[in-house]
Formats: sequence, structure tokens, C-alpha cells
Amino acid sequence: MSIAATSTEERFAQATQLQLTWWRFRRHKLAVASLIVVGLFYLVVVFADFLAVTDPHATDARRSFIPPQGISLFDENGWNPHVSGLKGVRNPKTFKLAYTPDPSRKLPVRLFVRGYSYNLFGLIPTDRHLFGIEGGEAVDGIFLLGTDQLGRDLFSRLIVATRISLSIGLAGVGLSLILGILLGGVSGLYGGTVDTLIQRLIEVVRSIPTIPLWMGLAAALPNTWTVTQVYFAITLIISLVSWTELARVVRGRFLALREEDFVIAAELAGASQLRIILRHMLPSFASHIIAAVSLALPVMIVSETSLSFLGLGLRPPAISWGILLQDAQNVQVLAGAPWLLSAAVPVILVILAFNFLGDGLRDAADPYG
Amino acid sequence: MLIYVARRLALALVTCAAISVLTFIIIRLPPGDFVDAYIANLAASGSSITAEQAAAMRREYGLDRPVPVQYALWMARVVHGDFGVSMMWRRPVTEVIGDRLWLTMAVSIAALFLTWMIALPIGVYSAARQYSIGDYIATTLGFIGLAVPNFLLALILMYLGFRYLGLSVGGLFSPDMAQAPWSWAKFWDLMVHLPLPACVLALAGTAQLIRIMRANLLDELRKPYVVTARAKGIGETRVLVKYPVRAALNPFVSSSAYLFPYLVSGSIVVSLVLGLPTVGPLLLQALVAQDMFLAGTIVLLLGVLTVFGTLVSDLVLMWVEPRIRLQGRA
Repeated sequence: MSIAATSTEERFAQATQLQLTWWRFRRHKLAVASLIVVGLFYLVVVFADFLAVTDPHATDARRSFIPPQGISLFDENGWNPHVSGLKGVRNPKTFKLAYTPDPSRKLPVRLFVRGYSYNLFGLIPTDRHLFGIEGGEAVDGIFLLGTDQLGRDLFSRLIVATRISLSIGLAGVGLSLILGILLGGVSGLYGGTVDTLIQRLIEVVRSIPTIPLWMGLAAALPNTWTVTQVYFAITLIISLVSWTELARVVRGRFLALREEDFVIAAELAGASQLRIILRHMLPSFASHIIAAVSLALPVMIVSETSLSFLGLGLRPPAISWGILLQDAQNVQVLAGAPWLLSAAVPVILVILAFNFLGDGLRDAADPYG
Repeated sequence: MLIYVARRLALALVTCAAISVLTFIIIRLPPGDFVDAYIANLAASGSSITAEQAAAMRREYGLDRPVPVQYALWMARVVHGDFGVSMMWRRPVTEVIGDRLWLTMAVSIAALFLTWMIALPIGVYSAARQYSIGDYIATTLGFIGLAVPNFLLALILMYLGFRYLGLSVGGLFSPDMAQAPWSWAKFWDLMVHLPLPACVLALAGTAQLIRIMRANLLDELRKPYVVTARAKGIGETRVLVKYPVRAALNPFVSSSAYLFPYLVSGSIVVSLVLGLPTVGPLLLQALVAQDMFLAGTIVLLLGVLTVFGTLVSDLVLMWVEPRIRLQGRA
């Protein structure tokens, strides 16, 4: 046996569980790529206002339904990133003033420009943005993804919507996790009648069609509630149903681990039940829970998006992907402004990334297998 | 086997009871009661009722009694088929719902069959020809199906149909058939329009079932008995269909048990996008207008029908799958 092989084996034997899991995870290329995508999305969540170009709430009837507009990087003088300004043209038939891009008016695009003011991380008041135009009139702006009917910049709205859509998933999963670990743990640990009761409860919850139920509960929220109150209520409603899958995973792990030698050894050594659970059992199923969580997150995100899409979830002025897609509900509007569908892209991307990530984590969760 | 049936039946009843409680909560949740809403509704249209009439109505509907009693009274009426009056339409709820409930079920059941019909052969194919081009296509399609929420798929299809074919995709009937009484011609019209919404609904479930079928069949194919069968010179198709496919069906079957509620759920949102005459759009209208009797009835009937749909599909699968019959005995 060569020396290299021995050292690899040694390395394997000495590695902690976390290292082993990481090595196993790294082999799953698609999962690693997904991890990066998810990471980037959460970076957008943190720096949403910094990345947004124009105030996502600012309406301007003059720039309603402006098509997506690219940034031209060069002009005849070489490097000079710019966008076209808007020009009002009176329609000869309807006599309506319509604003269209005017290539003769170049507005320079610069990094770290001043824009609308916001609080970075919710704490530091600032008005710097990653990029934007310098000068120009009130109507001008960079419309990377076009504007909606009220003249709001879709790109900025999409960026800010990411914050709510991705955080509501996290909050919902947090709640489901508490419910799932509690009920699944009790079920797996004690067994017997308690187990049967909780298993039946899970079956009952799973056989109820969720969307009509969510719709009913969401519609019953009082209209007077603030955006924050509705946000938490929706989180609660969504997680009331989705804890079952997590409970199932936790119970399964508890049942499997209860018979393991090291648990019995700890029991015989006189360790308290709490200590056995936290010190001996939890580390060996934490990775399974993380995998289950990353598979539960996309479900939450879709749930929020569907509810808001129907107008029963979050309500404007809150901005989420579902609320953006609500504008795209009408086919006639969509035919005239297909860019309104662009909110579908991050939804699909995030769900796909979380699914691949979850698959990779699930495979890596058992590094000794 | 009887134990299994009895257990399923008991579970279905408990689920129905849970749904009825949840429905009652939905009806009761908005501030004020039905009579308040009714008075507000009357006031909006210019008429009013006296305080005595209001009190009489409250007594009649039992709104002056404690909540559990109210629930019992409501259930007693529901069991007799009296679901109350829709405030929005001023007609009995059952009349308003009409055919819509059955159409919802028709769409969901069509989607269920479609899911099985697509997922089973594709799952078997991609396991038998692992890493072939067909397998990769199926896996990719599966992931897309998993990632695109079905209302989004409906939206994209609508847009493409409108933009490139110039026709409005959607609906369950041709315009001239929508109001016509039921006839064979109308039934045929429904059959022609059903595949599109059913496909949209089925995609997500199909993706899941393909993955399950593929993974299970791959596990089975690695077992020694398959090698033995091959060594004996049995044809490849026969080797595949005779044992491994049957063995791999078990998890496939148990995971499709939760498919039906999932499809019914999805059909509500998809109906709204595609404009199907199912209970979906009606439910949304009712909820927005706080017409709680109508909304509650829809949720209740939908829930109960789903539970029984699941029960029937469970029993059918039990008949197909002998091992489930044995589980009941253990």
C-alpha cells in the first residue's frame, strides 16, 4: 500500500462528521452550484435597497409600460456606459402624450450614485446605490426590466421583492421546524399511543387540500392589519400545514437512533434524557434536518407566491414576487407588456436551486453510508 | 384486509370532522357575524331591517348561543343539505355552486389519471435505460415540472397561446356550449377541453412520481434475483415487468395517496388563471366579498370530496397491490 493511500485513509478516519459531510457534498457539483445561487439570492436580500436603482414605490404615470432598456457600454467616443433619456411624443391619432426612449439624449451610468434614501441593514441611513444615472430629469431612469402600469421600475421592485419572498420562507420554515421537531420528536421518542395519535394527526393534515384552506384563512385576516401583521399571519398559516414533512423526518431519525449502540451506552452510563437527545442524538440527525429544511423552503416560497398572486396573501404596498406576478394575471396586459412576467424567473431559479441543494444535502447527510 | 378498510374509513371520517371544524372557523373568523354582514349588505343596497328582525334572524341561525352549540346547529343543517344562503348572490349556496364542484373534481381526476399514465412508463424507462438521452430528457423535464409552480405554467401557456397562436387558451367549454344543458355534445366538448388544464396540473406531480419510480426501480434492478433471471435467459422486457417493476410499485403507490389533495389544491389556482368554470374563481370571489357561507361551503365540500377521492384511490390501489392488504393484518 502506498503512503498516499494510507494518508487518505487516515485523513478520512480523523475527519469530523462535518468535514465528511462537506467532502461528500462537494462531489455533488449541481448542489454546490445551487448553494452559490442561493447564497447570491440571500446577498440580494441583505443589500436589496443598495442594488435597487429607483425607489420601488415611486409611481410616475408618464413612464407607464416602458419596455426593458439595456445599458449601452460604448458610444462613438469609446467607453461611456449610458442609457437613453425619455422623450414625450404626442400620438397623432389619440393625442395622448407617450414617453419613449430618445437615443439622442444620453444619460451617463455611474457606480455608487446617490438615489432615494434608505437604511442599510435597517440601521445606517444612506442614499448610495450600486449604480444609477447621473443628471437627467425626474422621468428618466434605468429600466433594465421595463416598468409596470404605474411607471414603477420592475428591476428595483424585483430586487426588493426578493427580501420578502425569501425571508417569509425562512420565518415559515423556522415555525414549521419548531412544530416538526416537537411533535416528531415526541412521536419518535415515546412511541405507543402518543406516536399513533400524532401520526394520525399528520395523515389528517396531509389529506386536506391546502390551498382552499389557506385562501379561507388568509381572506379572514382583517383589512385593517398592517403589512407586518399580515406578513406574520401568512407565515403562521403556511407553516401550520407544512410542518408534517419535517415531523416525519425527525420521527424517522429518532426511531432509527433509539436502537443505536451509542445511545444505549449513554443511557446505561446514566445520562439524562435531555442530555442524550441534545448531546448524542442531535448531532447525528442535524444534517438530515438541514436537508429537509432546504426541501421545505421552496414549498413555502411557492405557497406565499400563489397566495399573493391570488390577492389573498400579502397586500400592496408590500412587494413580493407573488404581488409582482399579480400584475401579469391578465393576458391582454401581458401581450402588451410581456416583461411583467420576469418575476417568474427568480421564482423558478430559487425553487430549482433549493431542490438541488436539498438533494445534495440529503445525500451528504449520512457520510458514513 | 377488513381492518385496513376500516382504518381508512375511520381516518376519512376524522379528517372530514377536522375539515368541518376548520370550515366553521373560517366562517366565524371575520369580525361580526353573518347577520351584521347581511345588514351591511342590505344597507348598501338601500334597504334595512328592524332590530327585532335582526334579533329574530340571530335566534333562527342560533347566533345568540355559545360557539360549540352554534357549530352543532350548523353541522345539523349541513348534514341535511342546507348550506345557508349566499349573501353575494342571494340564492341558496348549493344553487350557486351547481355544476362547478363536479367540474373541479373532473379536472382533478383527469389530472390524477394523467399523472399515473405519464409517470409510470417514463419512470420505468428512465430506470431501465439509466443515463441514456431519454433518461436525461425525462429527468430535466421532471426538474422543470418540480420548479415551475403550476399557476405560473398556466400563465406562460396562456401568454404563448395568445401571442403566437392568437387564441385564448382556457375554459372548459366552447363559448356556444358553456350555457347549453348537458348533452353528449357538451360532454364531448368537455373531453376536448380537459387535457390542457389536466396537463398543467399533472406536471408537478408527474415529476415527483417519475423520480420516485426511477429511484425505486434502480434499487430493485441491482438485486441478485434480477441477475438470476437474466442468467436464466429470460428476455429483457419480461425480466423488467415480471418482478422489479411490481416490487418498485409499492412506494409509488403509497406516495400517490397524497397526490389527490395536492391536485385539487392546485386546480383552484390554475382555474383562476385559465378561467375554468370550477369552484376556484367562485371561492376567490366569495372570499373577497366575505361571503362566508358560500366560501365555507366550498372549502367544506371540496375537502370532503377530496378525502373520499383519496379513500377510493386507496381502495383501488389496495386491490392492485396485495402487500398493502397484508399491512392491515400486522
